[in-house]
Amino acid sequence: MESSSSSSSAAAAEDWKPTISQEEQWTLESQVFHIYRLLCNIPPNSQAAMLELQRDSHMEYLLKGLRHLGPSFSVLDANRPWICYWIFHSIALLGESIDVTLEHNAIDFLMRCQDQHGGYGGGPGQMPHLATTYAAVNTLITLGGHKSLASINRGKTYLFLRRMKHTSGGFSMHDGGEVDVRACYTAISVASVLNILDEELVQGVGNYILSCQTYEGGIAGEPGSEAHGGYTFCGLATMILINEVNRLNLASLTDWLVFRQGVEGGFQGRTNKLVDGCYSFWQGGAAMLIQRLHAATGSTSSESSDDEDSMAEISPDREEGQHSDVDEVNSSSIPINFINRHTETEPLFQSQALQQYILLCSQVEGGFRDKPGKGRDHYHTCYCLSGLAVAQYSWSKDADSAPLPGSLLGPYSNLLEPVNPLHNIVLEQYNEAREFFSNASAL
Amino acid sequence: MDSDEDERTLLPLSQRPEWSDVTPVPQNDGPNPVVPIAYSEEFAEVMGYFRAVYLADERSLRALHLTTEAIQFNAGNYTVWQFRRLILEALNADLHEELEFVEQLASKNSKNYQLWHHRRWVAEKLGTEAASRELEFTKNIFVNDAKNYHAWSHRQWVLQNLGGWEDELAYCNELLEDDIFNNSAWNQRYFVITRHPGLGGIEATIDSELDYTIKSILIKPENESPWRYLRGLHKNNVQSFVTNPKISTLCLNVLTSKANPVFALSLLLDLISKGFEPNQDLKNAIEVVVPESNSQDSDISVTICTVLEIIDQMRVNYWRWRKKNLHPQVAEGVANLHIH
Ligand SMILES: [Zn+2]
Repeated sequence: MESSSSSSSAAAAEDWKPTISQEEQWTLESQVFHIYRLLCNIPPNSQAAMLELQRDSHMEYLLKGLRHLGPSFSVLDANRPWICYWIFHSIALLGESIDVTLEHNAIDFLMRCQDQHGGYGGGPGQMPHLATTYAAVNTLITLGGHKSLASINRGKTYLFLRRMKHTSGGFSMHDGGEVDVRACYTAISVASVLNILDEELVQGVGNYILSCQTYEGGIAGEPGSEAHGGYTFCGLATMILINEVNRLNLASLTDWLVFRQGVEGGFQGRTNKLVDGCYSFWQGGAAMLIQRLHAATGSTSSESSDDEDSMAEISPDREEGQHSDVDEVNSSSIPINFINRHTETEPLFQSQALQQYILLCSQVEGGFRDKPGKGRDHYHTCYCLSGLAVAQYSWSKDADSAPLPGSLLGPYSNLLEPVNPLHNIVLEQYNEAREFFSNASAL
Repeated sequence: MDSDEDERTLLPLSQRPEWSDVTPVPQNDGPNPVVPIAYSEEFAEVMGYFRAVYLADERSLRALHLTTEAIQFNAGNYTVWQFRRLILEALNADLHEELEFVEQLASKNSKNYQLWHHRRWVAEKLGTEAASRELEFTKNIFVNDAKNYHAWSHRQWVLQNLGGWEDELAYCNELLEDDIFNNSAWNQRYFVITRHPGLGGIEATIDSELDYTIKSILIKPENESPWRYLRGLHKNNVQSFVTNPKISTLCLNVLTSKANPVFALSLLLDLISKGFEPNQDLKNAIEVVVPESNSQDSDISVTICTVLEIIDQMRVNYWRWRKKNLHPQVAEGVANLHIH
């Protein structure tokens, strides 16, 4: 794993005192390589055990969280739909089902978080918030079934999204809340999946996201800020969902993105920061989206050409903002064709190296963590598993075809369910919701 | 906070006389909630009273104090923060005290969206008089956490909306002097160069900026930040990117040193794709990076990709993809033949 791009050629300057960034990086590298050396020095059958996804202990950790959270979780009291999503999505990725009572309890609880004027708050009685609305909607889709999907008030959700629309073209997180790329993504993702995306919601979003792409190539939370993995995923997915992705400078975005995978195999969120397991999804998912975009270039599939314009080829020379006409919103066909597109393109990152970081450095006895030395939590469990799924399917030619054993690290029992990377919902449940909401009445 | 107030905070709300007229509202969690949190008694009580005043829309001084307590328990409760702003407006409260409140919270946890959003709201109300204190506030955060994302966003907002640009470039220099790998400081430098109202933008500063960047790269060629910054400086000026001899000389210097050549090669690849023609010295330098690779190709871009595939294993797929896309028509033909 020790790549030639290791950053330890400090011998050049004799009097060089390592900076904080260097010291932190080297400390982490030595911890990670220590773990990888252990793997190399044990017999093959023990290696398989070391690389095994600890399904049972993860399930135990996840189910416990659904039933009880200690007082220290009070700081997440305004994020309870998020905790639901992190846990239920993790369970769905593992391909496990949960008992009906728990499912009904979850639907009932989220009903209590739904505001009478639309949108979901962080807990019962709290103001509706875009991020918790995204989390609640994704949870209910993940649970699936008529009762769950029908519990979402689409008409009022639409009105809530309209109320959150900001003069900048973006969205406010809540009444009087902050405006950023996350708000755009959560609003557009919810609108798209519920089949309520229209011209009024889309208006100005593309310009806002475009203004957040930085000189580095990645996307920042606000215009002027630093390129960041979470916002890059959000911005890129948003631009695909509103059919304006070619307005981004995809060549520089891709170049920035692939350089975020560190010698440890995991992804960092920003240039010269430490790797962190949760970026396995934010950066890995963005890489999967880019890979799907490239698929249009040399696609040999028999798919109809109705979305070819939106996925026009990208080349490294492409200049920013060349293509500035706003395509008409055609929300019903973009995401589904995008995800189901056949691809002969290879992943843009090292899938095995990413899987190794997740399984050996982020995985703990029940749950996942940011990096060695940190504690587990539900957020990192959700996004490490999501990133693992992305990596496992990165060589698959179709979104739902089972990967070959060679593209999986560790035993084949490690295989997770495939996701729709635009929303980070397990594909099967996403398809069910897609059908349910495409048959739903117009607003 | 005076000692009188401290006393009162220690007493449960149910025993404080000024709250005797209020009945707390329990959380409507239902009979069998998922993700139930085992709140401490104090937390549950404060939130019960908060719900009562929030539902009654009581914008009073005691309600303001109550939001202080609720936020101290959970600074992530955006509903409490939003209601607090409504109260502050209704009471026409002294917002300088509000700054102290936020500072005290930030000293415990400075990574919280609500806190920073609130700070921006307060600073906006105070106007330009707040600029220097806000810049000082973020500076203090950077002492311990020089890459704090929220703090950088706040600082940029302050500069753009309240001013205080005068020393910003010097501040970037200072931070980069401390840690040349601090990408947040590089990003801030770009922000200053492109948005400072008095510097004249990239056009006016490009020469000194390019010199600064090249000097930084030569100190630590494995540092990605200045390489990206260099590209950023030429984002809207392909002509000078391709023709400025300083840039190709930089690449040659790095390639002929013992330093990590990945960023130099990657920059050269971009330069060539935009029309730059490398001289023989550069071509030789590229080819000796991996002498055993037999990578000499009539097309120097192909050679660069091949070398990068060998020395930059983590991105082998990317460099292969770049190579395939050097000549799009050819790439398309290959894809159609299913040769991979
Ligand atoms: Zn993380």
